[in-house]
Amino acid sequence: MSTVADAAARPGRVRHAMAALGAITTRETLRFVNQTGRLVSAVVRPSLWLVVFAAGFHDVLGVSVTPPYQSYVTYDVYILPGLIGMVLLFQGMQSSLALVFDREVGTLRLLLTAPLPRAWLLFCKLVAGTVLAVLQVYAFLAVAWAFDVEMPPAGALTVLPALVLGGLCLSAIGLVLSVHIKRLENFAGTMNFVIFPAFFFSTALYPLWRIRESGASWIAWAAQANPFTHVVEMVRFALYGQAAWGNIGAVLAFAAIAFAVAVRGYDPQRGVLGRAPRDET
Amino acid sequence: MTADRADDALPGIAVADLVKTYGAVTALDRVSFSLPRGSFTALLGPNGAGKSTLMQILTGLFAADSGAVAVDGLSLSENPVAVLARLGIVFQQPSLDLDLTVAQNLAYFAGLHGLAGARRAAAIDGALSLFGLGDERRTKVRKLSGGTRRKIELGRALMADPSILLLDEATQGLDPASRRDLVAHVRALSDRRGLTVLWATHIVSEVAAADAVIVLDRGRIVASGPPAQIVAETGAGSLEEAFLALTARAGKDRAA
Repeated sequence: MSTVADAAARPGRVRHAMAALGAITTRETLRFVNQTGRLVSAVVRPSLWLVVFAAGFHDVLGVSVTPPYQSYVTYDVYILPGLIGMVLLFQGMQSSLALVFDREVGTLRLLLTAPLPRAWLLFCKLVAGTVLAVLQVYAFLAVAWAFDVEMPPAGALTVLPALVLGGLCLSAIGLVLSVHIKRLENFAGTMNFVIFPAFFFSTALYPLWRIRESGASWIAWAAQANPFTHVVEMVRFALYGQAAWGNIGAVLAFAAIAFAVAVRGYDPQRGVLGRAPRDET
Repeated sequence: MTADRADDALPGIAVADLVKTYGAVTALDRVSFSLPRGSFTALLGPNGAGKSTLMQILTGLFAADSGAVAVDGLSLSENPVAVLARLGIVFQQPSLDLDLTVAQNLAYFAGLHGLAGARRAAAIDGALSLFGLGDERRTKVRKLSGGTRRKIELGRALMADPSILLLDEATQGLDPASRRDLVAHVRALSDRRGLTVLWATHIVSEVAAADAVIVLDRGRIVASGPPAQIVAETGAGSLEEAFLALTARAGKDRAA
């Protein structure tokens, strides 16, 4: 039986919180490594876009001098940050899928009954997803480098903080989705309404000014309101060692709001998780 | 009372006037009980009685509409983290990660409960040795039988040295021999470690060894006390007959 002496032997709060962070990150990493197909598709998907799509439009869709670019750049250079964003976006949604899966198979209960504040446990999930996202981005950057896509040599380092922030933001949005997606079979349908609009209504494929020039003002407006656009632009500038403060601020705001909504959603007092279906009584 | 202090005179679990509804359905209707520390209590009820709802409220997964829960004298609503630190839980639904090894699963749980380094290693060894499963350390859970998985879940629930053990239909999917073994193990653990055990089940034969039985039906407690007392009060020949009579009577009362 636990006693006061036992309680004294318990780990400190910070050490406990760090142990949980390590455990959650390790578990997510082990699951990722065990799923070879997921690892391959994480690199192949953006690489296909880079090799097939960007190569096809290499000379057609170049971008004139626009910050952060100092000169005319070819389309593969322009699209690279968008494809990095695609890796972050897919991983964020994959984290969401993993939570829905955990809920279905019962392992989520283990997480939610751990003796730590629920917000911290959910933040650990965000960090774990972000670690995986960053690793996948670097694998993709190696492919881009192999295909001679131009990038400042230091870009791989200067982009790291943007990858972390972008990964946290998109994982937090995935966390919100996981609250509302009740069953695994609903996931694919929901994702079609998230991933594709997020990607296409953004600056991943075309600059905002080009969208505006084409007269598609409502698409330009949607792109500006799209958190994915801000992640992509933040990454684009970071690759060139520059901080796009407006985009960074927007990403921070979207991340904070999404995380707060997710924490509320996972709160049994207020969120939807406390409302069990009848068959669980 | 501070979060870490526990008074031995306080009950292990105290539940007062718990109400939980899902829309128009009342899953728990003013449920109250108190479990002495170190006791082995069975929560017996047919399917849909509200056992799992009660268990999920005790573990903080669901919130009650009203009422109060205290564990070792600590209010669940005021000290949820301290309460969860005292609970060992075996869920109705299996909660092991099938794609990880046994040791990886236990290490994950250890981390969630703040166990690291030598304490984590000792806790994992302890969980495995409880049922002599040391050889399965590197086996993927997917390859293990349902009975072995349940034993690992029970060992895991005890890794962080809880004072309370909650088991929700822990023998689901097990054959009769494995069921009997698991009940005997938990009974022995309760006696040896002074654990307060709440065992939710719909299988009457599992509760014969309990110190007390709480019979729950359609969200209400219809009887409680030692098994012999319940049998005597209902005038039945066995606990199973008493259970059937109590749940049938409760149904008729409500229909009327």
